[in-house]
Amino acid sequence: MNFAALNLNRRALLAGLGTSAAVGAVIGQAGVGPAEAAPAPEATPAVDPATLPHVKVDLVAPPFVHPHDQIAVGGPKVVQFRLTVKEKPVVVDEDGTTIQGMTFNGSIPGPMMVVHEGDYVELTLANDASNTMQHNIDLHATTGGAGGGALTMINPGEETTLRFKATCVGAFIYHCAVGGEMTPWHINSGMNGAMLVLPRDGLKDGAGRPLKYDRIYYIGEQDYYVPRNPDGSYKKYDSLGDEFADVLAAMKGMIPTHVVFNGAVGALTGKNALPAKLGENVLIIHSTPMRDTRPHLIGGHGDYVWTDGKFGNPPSLGLETWHVAGGSAAVALYRFRQPGIYAYVNHNLIEAVYLGATAEFKVEGTWNNDLMQVVTPPRPIA
Amino acid sequence: MSITLAPRENVFGLALPVLLLVGLSGALAVETGMVGRNASAAALLPPETVTLAPAPFPHRPAGDYLAGGLSVNAPLTTAPLETPLIIMVHEVSAADYARCVAETACAPAQPGHHATGDAPVTGVSYDDAKAYADWLSTRTGANWRLPTVEEWDFAAGALARDHGLEGLTDPADPAQKWLADFDRAAAQRVPGGAVPQPLGTIGPNENGVADLGGNVWEWTATCNSRVTLDGTGQVANTLPSCGLRIVEGKHRMPVNVFVRDAIRGGCSVGNPPDNLGFRLVRDPPWYARLAAIVGFR
Repeated sequence: MNFAALNLNRRALLAGLGTSAAVGAVIGQAGVGPAEAAPAPEATPAVDPATLPHVKVDLVAPPFVHPHDQIAVGGPKVVQFRLTVKEKPVVVDEDGTTIQGMTFNGSIPGPMMVVHEGDYVELTLANDASNTMQHNIDLHATTGGAGGGALTMINPGEETTLRFKATCVGAFIYHCAVGGEMTPWHINSGMNGAMLVLPRDGLKDGAGRPLKYDRIYYIGEQDYYVPRNPDGSYKKYDSLGDEFADVLAAMKGMIPTHVVFNGAVGALTGKNALPAKLGENVLIIHSTPMRDTRPHLIGGHGDYVWTDGKFGNPPSLGLETWHVAGGSAAVALYRFRQPGIYAYVNHNLIEAVYLGATAEFKVEGTWNNDLMQVVTPPRPIA
Repeated sequence: MSITLAPRENVFGLALPVLLLVGLSGALAVETGMVGRNASAAALLPPETVTLAPAPFPHRPAGDYLAGGLSVNAPLTTAPLETPLIIMVHEVSAADYARCVAETACAPAQPGHHATGDAPVTGVSYDDAKAYADWLSTRTGANWRLPTVEEWDFAAGALARDHGLEGLTDPADPAQKWLADFDRAAAQRVPGGAVPQPLGTIGPNENGVADLGGNVWEWTATCNSRVTLDGTGQVANTLPSCGLRIVEGKHRMPVNVFVRDAIRGGCSVGNPPDNLGFRLVRDPPWYARLAAIVGFR
């Protein structure tokens, strides 16, 4: 493991976001010009976080997100979360294919954590005593220390608390990053999630007008590489140690056997479809830890899309499909204008249909003939 | 596997006239392989069947119905079954299908499905099912074929739902039907239930037909069709589309004849079958049809 090198790379990448004047001088903000043109952030006077209000948040499993204010109430706070790493078998499709999963709080992806810019996050990471492996967490929303990975390595039965300041606004992924080939394996086994750092005054469109959402859903895309028996059926292993060599070999082939939303084929379809009502604004956060993806809402659009997931940039308007780079999370806001069933897919439809990357929104309301109507129903060609 | 069969109807009573009996014995000799076809092939036991006496039953035909430019329910009719229905108690098993494959009369089922054993064959297309029926007919000397939708629904008894009541609440608001159909389909879906179960897992229904309504949908011979009704509800035009045939199970659906696995997931609307398999019906031979017509049953 080379945390120093990792750290340097991440710092270089983060420099454009103006996290510090010194680093900001190294590389300019993309598209803005020379480094000198990048605004130097005010040096924030150090505060003792112990003097700030402390808020303990109970996390909920995706696709749901814990209750939160869209516009911050009061000044910065210390927001406390707890993530417990659980190694456990996870069923990943309707045929009962089972992997040896590694999870944050038992879900794939791990829970969404929401704070506001300037808040301090106190994250307690616990490694369940029943686990067999070392784990840690690298949060892309943080600055330094390999995203926290260098400071949070814990053995089974241990816990540690990391405090970091939320200085970058947007949706960011987090994942386990214990090093070497363990890292992609842990991530592909489920150890990834997302954090949402909202501007203190909420979301805005490109002209600075406020944007609000009535519902928020977190969709985490996940690729699996399940080894097969000679007859093509999927292998099942008794433990992480048993699967290790085979799964790594499958991973290195780069061809996933499953690409799913929220841990399993069908996790967000049918009975698990995401409900919404006509006219509601729905915020969809879509994370993908490794592979690039391209969500598309069939029959709808992205009214406002931060395709890079970062609120320092103005949202794109009226997108049909948006790109989410592997290792990031996109944010899309859409107001449903027609009732019905909307499939929300990775628009590589081979992956959506064969590998599982499909969710469904179920929207109640009354049909609008002005937007769509059959003029000539199907009939023999004249 | 333990199946309790419904009492079979004896098509040939002991009171058959001697003349008919003479003709019959000759025909039976052909059917049992004593003479004629495939004398060299190993003996093949015909599949277990039940025979159901024809009776009128309320039925909505398959197909997409339009009236006044709107999607409507198919009219409720009385299905015209006129001859006894002889239908397999179980779906065709993987082992039986494998025999047809071994004799190169059938294409292999799609990999990843049960290749052999006492489970229903799945991963088979309409074309595969038809090839199997032709092979079984040749090997047994009887006329085996896929059932029609009417025949399948008749055998399915109480399981055959009224396909008209699928939430068609307001034809001018298509979304309401989509939402209702979606809820129905979602309620049917059993997590982890897509692996075909051994034959007999679902016991025989009131007609003695087993394994109906599980996670294997069954091919029928019925073509998909677009039916336009006139102002009085009578059929004005029917446009059959036989590249798609109706599969039956917990719900009906048209599927392309060459498809072996109606893949789950990724559909913007609809709820594809978990698995595609089939069972066959046997047409009564000519002498039994004659006997039925002249009143001997």
